[in-house]
Amino acid sequence: MTDSIVAEEEALSGFRAQTPMDRPKTWRLYWRRLKKRPAALVGTIIFCVFLFLAVFGPWVAPYDYQAQNVKVRLDAPSLSHPFGADQFGRDIFSRIIVGTRNIFLIGGFGTLVAVIIGTAIGLASGYVGGASDEVVMRLLDVLLSFPSLLLALVLLSTVGPSNFNLVLVVAVLYIPMVARVVRSMVLDLKNKEFVEAARVRGEKRSYILFREILPNSLPPLLVEASMRFSYSIFLVASLGYLGLGVQPPSPDWGLQINDARNFLPIAPWLLLFPACTIAVLVVSTNLMSDGLRQVMLPGGGRN
Amino acid sequence: MARPVFEIEGLHIDYATELGVLHAVRDVSLAVHEHESFGLVGESGSGKSTLAMGAIRYLASNGTVTEGSVRLNGVELLGLSGKALRELWGSRIGVVYQSPLSALNPSIVIGKQLAEVACQHLGMDQAQARTRVTEMLTKVAMPDPEAVMRRYPHQLSGGMLQRCVIAMALMTDPSLLIMDEPTTALDVTTQAVVLDLVADLKREFDSAILYITHDLGVITKICDRVGVMYAGEFMEQAELRELFKRPRHPYTLDLLGCVPRFDPTPQKRSLVTIPGAIPRVDELPRGCIFGPRCGFVEEACKAARPPLAEVAAAHLSACRRWADVPPPAEYLREATEAVRAEAEGARPGVLVAADGTQVHFKSAKGLVRGRTARPIRAVDGVDLEVRVGQTLGVVGESGSGKTTVARAIIGLTPATGGEITLHGKPLPRSAGKRPRATLREIQMVFQNPDASLNPTRSVGDAIMRPLTLLGGLGRHEAKGRAGELLAAVSLPVSYFDRLPHELSGGEKQRVAIARAFAAEPELILCDEPISSLDVSVQGSLMNLLMKLQVEKSTSYVFISHDLSAVQHLSDAIAVVYLGHVMEIGDAVRVLTPPFHPYTEALLSAVPLADPDVKQKPIRLGGSVPSAMDVPPGCRFHPRCPRRLGDLCREQEPPWRDGEGEHRIYCHIPLDELARLQAETLVLAAAEAGA
Repeated sequence: MTDSIVAEEEALSGFRAQTPMDRPKTWRLYWRRLKKRPAALVGTIIFCVFLFLAVFGPWVAPYDYQAQNVKVRLDAPSLSHPFGADQFGRDIFSRIIVGTRNIFLIGGFGTLVAVIIGTAIGLASGYVGGASDEVVMRLLDVLLSFPSLLLALVLLSTVGPSNFNLVLVVAVLYIPMVARVVRSMVLDLKNKEFVEAARVRGEKRSYILFREILPNSLPPLLVEASMRFSYSIFLVASLGYLGLGVQPPSPDWGLQINDARNFLPIAPWLLLFPACTIAVLVVSTNLMSDGLRQVMLPGGGRN
Repeated sequence: MARPVFEIEGLHIDYATELGVLHAVRDVSLAVHEHESFGLVGESGSGKSTLAMGAIRYLASNGTVTEGSVRLNGVELLGLSGKALRELWGSRIGVVYQSPLSALNPSIVIGKQLAEVACQHLGMDQAQARTRVTEMLTKVAMPDPEAVMRRYPHQLSGGMLQRCVIAMALMTDPSLLIMDEPTTALDVTTQAVVLDLVADLKREFDSAILYITHDLGVITKICDRVGVMYAGEFMEQAELRELFKRPRHPYTLDLLGCVPRFDPTPQKRSLVTIPGAIPRVDELPRGCIFGPRCGFVEEACKAARPPLAEVAAAHLSACRRWADVPPPAEYLREATEAVRAEAEGARPGVLVAADGTQVHFKSAKGLVRGRTARPIRAVDGVDLEVRVGQTLGVVGESGSGKTTVARAIIGLTPATGGEITLHGKPLPRSAGKRPRATLREIQMVFQNPDASLNPTRSVGDAIMRPLTLLGGLGRHEAKGRAGELLAAVSLPVSYFDRLPHELSGGEKQRVAIARAFAAEPELILCDEPISSLDVSVQGSLMNLLMKLQVEKSTSYVFISHDLSAVQHLSDAIAVVYLGHVMEIGDAVRVLTPPFHPYTEALLSAVPLADPDVKQKPIRLGGSVPSAMDVPPGCRFHPRCPRRLGDLCREQEPPWRDGEGEHRIYCHIPLDELARLQAETLVLAAAEAGA
């Protein structure tokens, strides 16, 4: 019964029709699915444009974001200042472009820290289970039960606003959510046969967690991270508006909206353009993460 | 002959998928008459369900019927409007699916759901509908229909639910009844009851039945005519007996050879294997589509696709060489080889022994009513022995605790009582407490091939890990050894870098077997390793397991609900019921009288793939009780057809020792059992041997 695979393949080759339709590799399959979802595709493209601005903003912006030009104070949008100018005659378009980096840095790092710590908590809590899992999850529930903006305000007014503290606040707020997602994946995976097989060959706990379970939780984790990121943009902008976010003279979208309030009757574009930018970025990030979910987790489940 | 009720002619069905258009069903024709059931057999992916659902225009949104004709009572279905079709579905056409639990709405009581059909399609009012439902439930042999009608689906067992679904499908006395694997999800014992019922209903109702299944044994129980499908086309169509006795297509012949024959002797022959796998419909071979896997292939077979032609009266075959296809018995002798002879000399020593093993789980306490928590007695005092180089088969219905026994042996579910020894030395109960040297001795092959391999790690990685961790090999040596193991399980070495999702179910299970053997264990626990696979794959895996056992003299514990597979592989068999062994001993002794009444019932319920074998109709009522409420006395007494009365209800039965290594846990003395069971043998032994 020693199957002669070679002979079998030779036998098959005689029959092979022209060219078989090859099953595409995972990433190519994702790309194929993404192309079929225009909303997700548009979201991803817009997100990439913002990402580009975050990296190269200062070089792309037509003006220095701090340069004041008294002649154009509160000017309406024009060819030379497409989004108009503010009360000091600074170009709003340039300030928005340069401001992208702060949003991405704070939101991005905040999300990253949340993902790292949240994943660690979720993995440990879910795998160990039992009473300690209960305690950890209830503590996280307590964190979740505060309205997030309120909690952010309390924390920031205690530690004082700085970019570093902003990152920490974003992280603290999102740790529970990431931890829950990871924990639910762990609960699902830890009784799978391949994990049991690892247990009965005497693998260490850390090996099981990081080599067997974690890699299989990555797709949902990535989707969750992109969701968290889009909310963090919102949060950072809100905090900026309330004066607890990025501090002047750094250009910040929230701060710009706050400044613009006083000039609303005479120069509505001061408020309109930063607000629209926030909306566009948040919506496009949301579309992208929605797309990621559909592409990587079709049917709402795993694989 | 009367004109057929349901006719399909030249049907083509396409699916639009991510990968392009797939021609899932191509040029298929069949006809079913009144009171007749047509069996559609084939491996998964052969297009059976697509054909049936496409014919009644009930396809997923990406499926379309592109060509052909379908007539029900002479009315063409393909041109009908959506409205006209909806009127047909449920009134003239009934469908019974595989999973009864998902066929019924969990939040509506049974009676109301069934009555809805009567109101909708028969125009009855509520009172009439209720009478009709009661009548139908009585017809499907449901005890106490009135009570059943007030129940919600989750309150009924799988077998009862499937009977409700059948009652629902037959409510309107449909012309066509489509049954799509209706018993696959059920236990053998329940399956036998449902099959009996369908056979009765076939006579009573005028419906034509289209019965879809992958199980050749089930086919023999209820079908009159059978069509064998392969990759979207019919290979052969014939009357049931003709197809089994004188198949005229090599594929049918091979399928019959894949199924283990019921044969209670220690000598075993290998099973027929079909090389390769069923082709995807987008890469069909040139010429005969079965050609690449066929043992009768010639150069001319590659030239053109042979049409389905009549080779004998009412017997169609799509093979050029149909006249050269030998009778199955002859073919089986040629295509298989003896793999196991009768054991000679001294009985091998005991490798693993379980002595009074218990696994009790704590059940959740009722929070409000403060009920005292009774333990769930999943395994309740099991004694068994696995001998060196031998296979112990463990059979029983679902819920009998057979998997839990295996998990206790390997330490995944620590035993709560009793002792398990390896080479006479007691094992720590939990796997976590066992030293690596001990862990290495016992490995496991799991039931679900999709979950037993880590989806993110390559095949090579999966096999190398036990080699480096338990075998102490270096990376380089491990890689070489993993290659050898892949070859041993008949997989090409090029699979080394593949990820599990690039493998078929059978290939995944081969990798899992290679991984288990990598540790060079003395015992491998096989927990239903072949149940979820196609018959041809099952056959080749059983061959593989036997081959490796002979080569490495590894012992197996083979757990399965499938008695045919167990009797084929095992030297000894343990029959388990509700956490307790009912009968244990050498395979031959267990499979020949005297039997424990439970073994007897299991044996008479196994659907054997031979229409000539007569089985005694012993049917068990009800289902396995909850392990929280183990009946007193003999735990099998509430369902036992040979119950003696108060004795069985009150006293635990004694172990009765039979000839050789054979023990039965029953109040009835062995000679009495032998006498009762000899009167009507479960199997007509002479025919079974033929």
